[in-house]
Amino acid sequence: MTVKVTTTVNGRQVSGDVEPNTLLVEFVRENLGLTGTHVGCDTSQCGACTVHMDGKPIKSCTILAVQAEGHQVVTIEGIGAPGALHPMQAAFQENHGLQCGYCTPGMIMAGIGIVERNKGKTLSEETIRAELEGNICRCTGYHNIVKSIAAAARDM
Amino acid sequence: MYNFTYHRAGSVDSAAAKLAESGDGKLLAGGMTLLPTMKARLAQPSDLIDLNEIEGLKGITVSGGTVTIGAMTRHADVAASAEVAQAIPALAKLAGLIGDPAVRNRGTIGGSISNNDPSADYPAAVVGLGATVVTNKREIAGEDFFTGMFETALDEGEIVTAVRFPVPEKAAYFKFPNPASRYAVVGVMVASTSGGVRVAVTGAAPCVFRQSDMEKALSASFSADALAGITQDADGLNDDLHASAAYRANLVVVGAKRAVAEIA
Repeated sequence: MTVKVTTTVNGRQVSGDVEPNTLLVEFVRENLGLTGTHVGCDTSQCGACTVHMDGKPIKSCTILAVQAEGHQVVTIEGIGAPGALHPMQAAFQENHGLQCGYCTPGMIMAGIGIVERNKGKTLSEETIRAELEGNICRCTGYHNIVKSIAAAARDM
Repeated sequence: MYNFTYHRAGSVDSAAAKLAESGDGKLLAGGMTLLPTMKARLAQPSDLIDLNEIEGLKGITVSGGTVTIGAMTRHADVAASAEVAQAIPALAKLAGLIGDPAVRNRGTIGGSISNNDPSADYPAAVVGLGATVVTNKREIAGEDFFTGMFETALDEGEIVTAVRFPVPEKAAYFKFPNPASRYAVVGVMVASTSGGVRVAVTGAAPCVFRQSDMEKALSASFSADALAGITQDADGLNDDLHASAAYRANLVVVGAKRAVAEIA
């Protein structure tokens, strides 16, 4: 039996009928066509599916779509636009923080969370590396990702 | 994931009622363990009763030497709480070591202790700090709460509503995390409390336990040197691909010494 879910995604109210076992990542990708959020490991380890709910990074493969009812969800499509990139997106571009790009949306959403959690403190490389532990990249070895987040922290 | 019927509970009473009505219902707290378990088809509840919208289960209060944490309080909120960091820094640190930032934004203390994963961090805090678990029916002493691997003293239909931690004189938490999952291969909470010294170990055995040899030694002299001659028996400890029982036994001693050195 389907359940109706109404939520706000990237500032727009959306609704859809979903099975209760539909994950949030499936809802944003398949019902809303927002395919920037990726499914990686599907076991909450890799972070490719990271979105923000009520301003905080969460793994959208480990929350039900119905649980977003009445909450604010922001995906990678909701933070910047071509020609008007979010500072984190611009920093990834400038610092070559991506290679294949599969993990990048999750890295960017996690990176924004890292900068916002550490507002008012000096964001050390050590902190960035520690707080990236829930996001896995198999291409760049993190070095440029860490550089990108540090650069974005100066612009955010 | 097999399908199920979803219920959003507005109160603890309605959650309890829905749980009682359901055939094989389960409570959904942070979902950080339950949903992956269901995705792996290791669990097939008929109903999920979601506790996330019950406001009364969230929040932290510190008063009269007690830190009370609502069952649906997220790990990230405990880790970031200035009040917790002031009253029981070891507890804030422990919360900040669970999983990763995104997992900490969803996972809850009530869900963690009710699940009683042998490698979870919170059981070490609940037992090591001598906390009290408050449910919709009664209060349970922390050390009576965890009864075995994934087993607790909770009755059918009983829901954890809060955990009360008495503020210790001093406490420290050592954790050796699994490099992939961040679960505790071994975690040791050492606390000097008004009720004496307590040492609680998680991750090493099928269930959190108190290390009484260490408690006695530290009661006589609260110093890392006091633990010099103490060993942890490897019998009955977890032995798996992550760590052998002998390695875990050694980590318990190393961890306790480091925790004591931090606060002695």
